Amino acid sequence: MSGQTRDAIVEIRGLSKHYGEGHTRVDALRDLDLTVRAGEVVALLGPSGSGKTTLLNIIGCIVEPTVGNIRLDGEEVYDNRWLRGDLRRLRLDKIGFIFQFHNLLPFLNARDNVAVVLRLAGKSGPEAQRRATELLDYLEVGSRKDSMPALLSGGEAQRVAIARALANSPRIILADEPTAALDSKRAGIVMDLLRKLAAEHDACIIAVTHDEKIYDRFDRLFHLRDGRLDGAEGDQK
Amino acid sequence: MNLAYRDVRHNLFRFVLTCLGLGLLMSVVLAMIGIYNGLVADALNLVKAPQADLWVVESGTKGPFAEASRIPEDTREAVERLHGVSEAGNITYQTVEAPFAGKTLRLYVIGYERDRPGGPGDVVEGRKIVQSHFELVADRDTGLIPGDTIRLGRNRFKVVGLVEDTMNSGGDPVVFVTLADAQTLQSQLAPPAARVQAARGASAEIAKTVAAVVARLDANADIDAVARTVRQWKHLSAMTQADQEQLLIKSVVDRARRQIGLFLGILLTVSAVVIALIIYTMTMEKLKQIATLKLIGAPDRTIVGLIVQQAIALGMVGWAFGLVLITLTKDGFPRRVLLEPYNAAVLAGIILVVCIAASGLGVRAALKVDPATAIGG
Repeated sequence: MSGQTRDAIVEIRGLSKHYGEGHTRVDALRDLDLTVRAGEVVALLGPSGSGKTTLLNIIGCIVEPTVGNIRLDGEEVYDNRWLRGDLRRLRLDKIGFIFQFHNLLPFLNARDNVAVVLRLAGKSGPEAQRRATELLDYLEVGSRKDSMPALLSGGEAQRVAIARALANSPRIILADEPTAALDSKRAGIVMDLLRKLAAEHDACIIAVTHDEKIYDRFDRLFHLRDGRLDGAEGDQK
Repeated sequence: MNLAYRDVRHNLFRFVLTCLGLGLLMSVVLAMIGIYNGLVADALNLVKAPQADLWVVESGTKGPFAEASRIPEDTREAVERLHGVSEAGNITYQTVEAPFAGKTLRLYVIGYERDRPGGPGDVVEGRKIVQSHFELVADRDTGLIPGDTIRLGRNRFKVVGLVEDTMNSGGDPVVFVTLADAQTLQSQLAPPAARVQAARGASAEIAKTVAAVVARLDANADIDAVARTVRQWKHLSAMTQADQEQLLIKSVVDRARRQIGLFLGILLTVSAVVIALIIYTMTMEKLKQIATLKLIGAPDRTIVGLIVQQAIALGMVGWAFGLVLITLTKDGFPRRVLLEPYNAAVLAGIILVVCIAASGLGVRAALKVDPATAIGG
């Protein structure tokens, strides 16, 4: 992939995050630089407590960094311009989330789980339903659109979750252990799907994973240790 | 897309069960309101029944309901001659226990003069008393029906008619008999010492007294002026109908009224706590879903709406269950349960406010949820 020539969607410079002060201070992330471009699928690797989730939360506009600059799809996020409501809007418009255990709302069927994001973004009911159906068909789970999450298999539920993440055509997709609940075959299918989506939607995908079997599906692997990235921009695969 | 509705529909069985539980609590609240109303209404019905404008009672007493009152029977003739009085009637009250069909009925006996104020109002079944002796008109709650006979004192009385919703403030159903029979009943029920007195020639005094004289005035008569005139007789006192009603509420049923009122307050507080706990628990069970909703960009109003709408639905369905339950069962209560549409509407309003206030705990917990918890780690 010619990543270097494409738009930088996530740009992080001098990012640090610490919790507490004095002797209770914990440095979760230290002086971190990272650039992820459109179409790239990258992985955040590292042992527990290395700061992967903190970094994912900061990129996801959930946690504010202590210092540093972040630009998401050209928008300067942490420069005191953004209010909490704006961050919510930014998440809704530009970021899609995929979770380890799909996190589908159990009281909505598959189609409505996707449509809810579109409704939150202001789409009309019929339009949201139509788009949700299209996405589910595209992800080959259209036949299960009326099923409740409890009746979906792990792979189907994760596809519905991916459809939800894609609903507002975000430029950034953040995935937390997206294949952890799947067997290796389905994990491979999901990763191939994510790669395809990144390419087709001109989006980037940043995933936290421990699943070594799928490392070869990523364009780049970033190793985090004690809040630092190994290498200035992570290891190129 | 209404998330509250979808969540309720998804957990319908549990929601209905919770509403049923809350409905039982609401039915108890409604029952207490109904009993409270019934207590006041029963007390007032008794006073309103004679459709009197003026009550003439023994001087220095607040009779005949708040205190015992005994005045000579011929007082009625004096009252009737007063300017402005259109008609008057003697009336007596006493409580008796009478055996009937293997049970003991506790009855409130009202003695009145036929064709004068003080008799039964609308007879819903049978007829009014037409004989001078041994006929009675009973409240339906006595369980008596026209044609039944019942022993009161030494005499048997035939039930000739029925009235409804006529009880004293203690909940004892009323029976109407003629004044003469009531006076006889009073003397027969007197203790042996009284009978000894009667044997010595004092029976006339017992038999010829009444509890009060009820008077109706001409349309243009000045009630206060007539009352003042009556009070000029040193042995009599007079109260207007409004005074008598006020006295009953302030004095006779006041303690019971306050007791029920306090209990009602406690019940409403318990209901509020129960609703708050239910909503808080429901919210805590949904924290992960709420975190996910926040993470995907749901505004706070969507989260608040989810919780508050469910709280209101819970309260209103519980209220409706309670209302249906109490409507179906209220006639089985030993005392009258009187529910007005106004009471149910006020309770609905209170429950609405309680639900919104109670959902505050859940809303607070939901708004504090960190969206990061959806990601984990």
